[in-house]
Amino acid sequence: MLLRGAEIFVRVLLEQGVDTLFGYPGGAVLDLYDALYEHRQEICHILTSHEQGAAHAADGYARATGKTGVVLATSGPGATNLTTGIAAAFMDSVPMVAITGNVSRPLIGKDSFQEVYIAGITLPITKHNYIVQDAAELAGILREAFYYAQEGRKGPVLVDIPRDVMQQVVEYEPPQKAADPTPAPLSLQDLKTAATMINQAKRPMIYCGGGIVASGAEQALTELMHKAGIPAAWTLMAMGAIDTDDPLNLGLIGMHGTQTANWTAADADLLIAVGARFSDRVALNFGTFAQNAKKLQIDVDPSEINKNVAVDHRVIGDAKQVLEALLPMVYKKEHKVWRRQIETYMTEEAALVPENFPPRQILKCISDLAGPEAIYTTDVGQHQIWAVQYVEHVRPRQFLTSGGLGAMGYGYGAAIGAKCACPDRPVIHITGDGSFHMNMVEAATAVTYGLPIITVILNNRALGMVRQQQEWFYQGRYSATELERKTDYVRVAEGFGARGYRCTDIESFRQAFAEALRSDVPVWIECPIDRDLDVLPMVPAEGMTAEPCKGEEP
Amino acid sequence: MKKNTEVLSLLVDNTAGVLTRITSLFGRRGFNIDSLTVSATENPLISRITIVVQGDPQILDQVLLQTGKLKTTRKVIVLDPSQSVLRELLLIKVQADETNRAAIHEIANIYKAKIIDLSIGAMTMELTGEPDKIDGFMEILGQYKILELCRTGITAMERGTDIKARIAEEQGGNV
Repeated sequence: MLLRGAEIFVRVLLEQGVDTLFGYPGGAVLDLYDALYEHRQEICHILTSHEQGAAHAADGYARATGKTGVVLATSGPGATNLTTGIAAAFMDSVPMVAITGNVSRPLIGKDSFQEVYIAGITLPITKHNYIVQDAAELAGILREAFYYAQEGRKGPVLVDIPRDVMQQVVEYEPPQKAADPTPAPLSLQDLKTAATMINQAKRPMIYCGGGIVASGAEQALTELMHKAGIPAAWTLMAMGAIDTDDPLNLGLIGMHGTQTANWTAADADLLIAVGARFSDRVALNFGTFAQNAKKLQIDVDPSEINKNVAVDHRVIGDAKQVLEALLPMVYKKEHKVWRRQIETYMTEEAALVPENFPPRQILKCISDLAGPEAIYTTDVGQHQIWAVQYVEHVRPRQFLTSGGLGAMGYGYGAAIGAKCACPDRPVIHITGDGSFHMNMVEAATAVTYGLPIITVILNNRALGMVRQQQEWFYQGRYSATELERKTDYVRVAEGFGARGYRCTDIESFRQAFAEALRSDVPVWIECPIDRDLDVLPMVPAEGMTAEPCKGEEP
Repeated sequence: MKKNTEVLSLLVDNTAGVLTRITSLFGRRGFNIDSLTVSATENPLISRITIVVQGDPQILDQVLLQTGKLKTTRKVIVLDPSQSVLRELLLIKVQADETNRAAIHEIANIYKAKIIDLSIGAMTMELTGEPDKIDGFMEILGQYKILELCRTGITAMERGTDIKARIAEEQGGNV
């Protein structure tokens, strides 16, 4: 059947099961938008305020569901505005297909109006990207892009379509039933070696990352932990993989991780990394991280092996598949002596943070009221780490945060994506006054589409995380981190058509938050907090995890 | 071969922008390229890129894995120098007049270099061979005034492999 490129684009989206996409129109994508208009009953297009918000929304949609997020933008500035969102998805291995329009083929390379070489710009932040040179290739390329976004280690793929390719009429063939990505078979020898290492260890520990969530391995992980008696720490990307109350849960590991997790890593004789990449925020110092431990790494991406930290053995494969295969091969153990040692760390740590620490009170209150179905998104900074520390009982895909890229402004877009994916569940966006100023314009999107997202702003009138580093390591010289802004959040919220609250004590917060949960419009709740509250514990960059800063004044 | 150096032979898709993907990756990860050559192969869908890289074993391992991860890479082969033929082409222009022309000619003969251009003040030669041979030739010519030179970098191939099996693998796709 003969179809225009733009129509083929929509048909492939439909055949891939896309029912929602996020985007922003422009000259180079007029044809795509015209085709979307034709199919507006089948595909819901969410218009954001800014393309960055659209990219974060596609990312949030993907993280909340595991499906591929789709974002659409025009050429030039539309395309460049996507880049932060694409990079955030790339760093955290989130499946995404980004579509950009470009100027017509004869105008490419002529510095035409709104022309950029987005394929070149996104080369290092995509799994792969394409420039469609002929409409005859369009369907095949788009199908491949969707396949590739989900295959192996997931990630963003960009497809750049010149305007005249959208207008070109070519023969379209409906798809052959494409095979889902099938994981490669595991190496039995590698599994045996891994099981032997686990069975021989006296002081084993697991350190798990986003790979657990990507492969849905949380159940397998918990079973392995309990059978083999192995405590586990997790990275930001694996928040929720282990139940808050699990006695084997060591908490977050790394720069702002628990002392327990970091000290356990320093004492362990076997460190099992599962779907985690030894990032500098976790390992801190590649030479000294878990230096007394043999290291066993389980990852779907072979290029992660020995990248940052040398390991003794590796098993390549999907985390769930590997853990399930290992389960019958490991001995049942309790590791009583080792567990007792860790329990003393936990007891010592429990006394560190007072109950009335304001961020803890606020986040605990949110966590109690929002219920087990709530999805959380965060921006980046102190509020982000506090949220990780004090939000409890989330499961995987319920805590969405920009871990690798650390993109301030991620949270509101991601919340929009999550709310579109899960309209019946509460979506809570936790932010700070710094981050929120970056993308608060997405309130317009939330209001327009009737997405009652709750935004909680921990307002310390500072770029708190950077200020904290200045306090500790730059003699309190607060360069450009103290915000003297006059933003009235309640009035700005109302200006957007949302509802605003300002809560100065925990009781009024509890009341406002309970009202917000019943609201059918977006709600902002501003919580003024002290500037000098620090995120603790903290291990300085490149520091030794065995010696976290405990919280004495610098 | 220098220590901590490896010769990689990459079979990649012969499509636009493939070289950019490889060099962008090397740039981003800080891998050092000694030389890089690109050429057509017997299969019009595939190009061969020969890269000489330097680094400690951990870096070389990363080069291999990261390059192999690119979607456009079909196969990465680490060439074992004893099992491969490595060749490089040198063009070198030396200042030469009637007083030293004969001497330079004699050196060229010993190395089996071809004289491909002669002018009143200069002589241009061409030499193909293993990198060590090229190095040696250049060193000897160093006593004269070298006006200009260029080397292609190594291009290489494995000795006597079962070609049919290899091609079948390539058609099958990736690494």
